[in-house]
Amino acid sequence: MQKIYFLVLIPILFILGAPIFANKVTPYILGLPFFMFFVCLSVLVTSLTLLTINKFD
Amino acid sequence: MISLLIIGLFLLLSLWLGIKARKGKDMDLEQWAVGGRGFGTIFVFVLLAGETYTTFTFLGGSGMSYGVGGPAMFILVYGTLANIIGYWMLPRIWKYAKENRLVSQPDYFASKYKSKGLGLLVTVVSVAAMIPYLVMQFKGLGIIVSEASYGRIPPSAAVWVSMATIVIYVMISGIHGSAWTAVIKDIMILGVVLFLGLYLPFHYYGGIQEMFQNIETAKPGFLVLPSEGMSPSWFLSTIVLLSLGFYMYPHAFSSLYSAKNANAIRKNVGMMPLYSLIIVFVFFVGFAAILQVPGLKGENVDLALFRLSLQTFDPWVIGLIGAAGLLTALVPGSMMLMSISTLLAKNVYKELAPSANDRKVMMVAKWLVPIVGLIAVWFTLYGTNTIASLIIIGSSLITQLTPSVFLSLSKKPYLTTQGSIAGIVTGIIIISYLTFTETTIGSLFPSLPQVLKDINIGLIALIINVLVSLSVTYIQKAMIDKGKVSRNYQAS
Repeated sequence: MQKIYFLVLIPILFILGAPIFANKVTPYILGLPFFMFFVCLSVLVTSLTLLTINKFD
Repeated sequence: MISLLIIGLFLLLSLWLGIKARKGKDMDLEQWAVGGRGFGTIFVFVLLAGETYTTFTFLGGSGMSYGVGGPAMFILVYGTLANIIGYWMLPRIWKYAKENRLVSQPDYFASKYKSKGLGLLVTVVSVAAMIPYLVMQFKGLGIIVSEASYGRIPPSAAVWVSMATIVIYVMISGIHGSAWTAVIKDIMILGVVLFLGLYLPFHYYGGIQEMFQNIETAKPGFLVLPSEGMSPSWFLSTIVLLSLGFYMYPHAFSSLYSAKNANAIRKNVGMMPLYSLIIVFVFFVGFAAILQVPGLKGENVDLALFRLSLQTFDPWVIGLIGAAGLLTALVPGSMMLMSISTLLAKNVYKELAPSANDRKVMMVAKWLVPIVGLIAVWFTLYGTNTIASLIIIGSSLITQLTPSVFLSLSKKPYLTTQGSIAGIVTGIIIISYLTFTETTIGSLFPSLPQVLKDINIGLIALIINVLVSLSVTYIQKAMIDKGKVSRNYQAS
């Protein structure tokens, strides 16, 4: 088990945390309701994390 | 008329590309079904991404944001979670498939568990799960062409023409045809979705934030998850359930097998979530339609994108939107059609006629393409409106294969063959019963707190599947150990 793999916990926490901690309309960020922004952010974080893991895998 | 002309041109272009893709290739079964395992990152990407952008995304994504608002975000998240799982799962499956020259998804089960019976069971489950998806692509196609032609072409005619196109290029070029059409489709869909998602909110509201503020004023709470029904616990359980089944489909296995090396797959699953962010612009279209074309109810919410576009744009723009929609149905449709035909030829016909050589199996696969196409058209034209329930059951069915895949990724499968079969069969019986009786956790246990009542009941079927698989495996292993102990005792 490589240590770099533990990075994957970050996007998982983002995804599972979105409906619990970010389920609200305001503040609007980048024009998006907060919930929608947070969901998009978790998708972005997932991609960047997987590509980073791949680089050092 | 001009919109029809544009759609017709793109239909011909996809047919030409599909046929041209065959050039210079000796079409054996491996070449036809998995591209000779020689596809680089870009082709594997567009084939796997083809699953991200189907007619469901194009029409259903905008329809769902129009109809329910905030909960539509689950479409964006479940694929992302699936890619996290895929980073570790898919390369292992690819390596095993390459070492054992596997062509279809049931091949994996049959080879890994050394059981042709399990391969046959997986074939039946997969075909049953894929037919509704194929029908959905055709239904979406009917809507797209009919709407984009301002009602001049009836949906049934659109379904027949597109079915014929898919059948021709799948029969001639196999997966190569899908790969080239997928490239054109992805360029088209990116352009159309970005344009619509930005233009419509600015045109009608003066900006994206202004659009959301207007919606929040008109329908407070619409942009987040409600406290009952599609609540946070529904959201979480649904994304977990759907992400587990995301890569279980036979056409996902076909796309996977076609990769040149395992790292092309890892890179793909890393980029896929970024690519799926484009769906946000599809949501924008649905949100923009809420206050502009109000009153769409039931399955008509899927018309939101076209109804708003028709009242906004000239016919030539409608033609381009229609052409992009057409391609979003053609690519996944062709992949599914090819997968079903390969499955039936390789894992049913070949089992019944073991002396048949690869050439003969491929011949059968090719001629199954129009037959499966006709069955799908029949369901599309004469099926009832319960397509939504069929899609839910399709997705729930395929997810029942997940435990057997997960527990087979090590060198030797953890489950026994009987354990795997018992789990899959139990899961399918439970999920079929729950779906057709429309049972929910809330209806089974009305006194539970709301947070538990909203959990997706498909997750329960999956948990029972795992428990049954493990129990049967444990009992079998215990009996084998007991047999060994008593034999040793007698020997001593």
